[in-house]
Amino acid sequence: MLFDMHWNTDTHWSFAVSILPILLRGMWVTLQAAAIGFVLAALLGLVLAGLKSVRYRIIAWPARVISEFLRDTPLLIQLFFLYYVLPDYGIVLPAFMTGALALGLQYSAYTSEVYRAGIEAIPKGQYEAARALDLSNLHTFRVIVLPQAIARIIPALGNYLVSIMKDVPLLSVVSVVEMLGVAKIIGDRTFNYLIPLSMVGGLYLLMTLIAASAIRLLDRKLPAQGIPLK
Amino acid sequence: MTNNPAIEFKRVVKKFGDTTILNNLDLSVAQGEKVSIIGPSGSGKSTVLRILMTLEPIDDGVVYVAGRPLWHEKQGDVLVPAREAHLREMRKHMGMVFQQFNLFPHMTVRRNITEAPRHVLGLTQQHANERADEYLALVGLTEHADKFPRQLSGGQQQRVAIARALAMQPQIMLFDEPTSALDPELVGEVLQVIQNLASKDDLTLLLVTHEMQFARKISDRVCFFDKGEIVEQGAPDALFDTPQEPRTQAFLQR
Repeated sequence: MLFDMHWNTDTHWSFAVSILPILLRGMWVTLQAAAIGFVLAALLGLVLAGLKSVRYRIIAWPARVISEFLRDTPLLIQLFFLYYVLPDYGIVLPAFMTGALALGLQYSAYTSEVYRAGIEAIPKGQYEAARALDLSNLHTFRVIVLPQAIARIIPALGNYLVSIMKDVPLLSVVSVVEMLGVAKIIGDRTFNYLIPLSMVGGLYLLMTLIAASAIRLLDRKLPAQGIPLK
Repeated sequence: MTNNPAIEFKRVVKKFGDTTILNNLDLSVAQGEKVSIIGPSGSGKSTVLRILMTLEPIDDGVVYVAGRPLWHEKQGDVLVPAREAHLREMRKHMGMVFQQFNLFPHMTVRRNITEAPRHVLGLTQQHANERADEYLALVGLTEHADKFPRQLSGGQQQRVAIARALAMQPQIMLFDEPTSALDPELVGEVLQVIQNLASKDDLTLLLVTHEMQFARKISDRVCFFDKGEIVEQGAPDALFDTPQEPRTQAFLQR
């Protein structure tokens, strides 16, 4: 029994059918962790990208170091650090929030590069034309740069959403009961790991395929030239 | 004021690293004058336009536009480097057409043209649209207003770029090799538009080009640039038919 739901071990089929709703409960946790992690990554990445592009080294340099550190150390270490070290300094977060935060932090380093690359891909001539027309810097960013960069940024961000989903099972080490954790508990109690783990694999494939095709659709819907302005 | 030259370079120096692009350049263009600049690549001729459009700062000397220093402001009797507010004001005198058009690809033709008049000059949407229609008619693209740049040929795109610059109603138009990126069969339509503009007496026109026949046809004066200096300048017929300097002769014989 898990989450007040029972399983039926009479046959393989009845077992699979009976644990599906339990696994789906775990999947809901996985999706929530991925969603919150992704939103954090997208927002923190924007902040990091902004800081890294500041002209003053005293601001840009630490932002670069932080970004490099987040990207080049394992997620598991960051996760343990947040989970076991922060409470020593009086910061106690629920396991789920700790996990989502760790995902958001690590992926913010990647998303900050997505923003930077999206903006740097705007040809120099666009800025020169805007300047020749005497448009203000702010107006140039808002109306010339952003609508063109966003068409490159959104699909690239979407790819990281898929990666984040696939990293959520790591959160089970800090006692977040997401889909893989649920499968393991079922296996521990029934001595049948094959069926729950296979089902998790299948459900994961389904999730990532749906997410990937949604991104592809978005990519096709967003014109390469940018958000059209009439 | 009206006796001031439209453009004046006084001992202007421009360097990129150790390379001198403009070497103590003196150049004066009268109001309404049509001047073509010719010369080999890397001779600094495009840099003259880019300095005027405030896309490249200068290292020494002074540039005047309509009698006022472009890159400097007067503080008492001395000239100090200009702030952005001054540059923004000075840019209103000039419009520029680029070799690569540099249209905004995500905007319709109309929006490309109306964006700056609306947000820089403060025109109403309706007024800006009327102005866009007026200049689109001038470049012969009335029926293309709602298209996006990618739906147009190179020649049409460059004509939109000309309309976009004109819609700011500058007194000075700068053309930086406007036909160099075009397929040969599209060059004519763009030159035709520039030629029509050249017939306006009050418009000052500065053209960097490799189209010698065209430069000869529309210019009051042609300047031959080489290695950051004006080697020779004069009326087009004189410069093209009887060049005095060996470097000019060698260049024109190519």
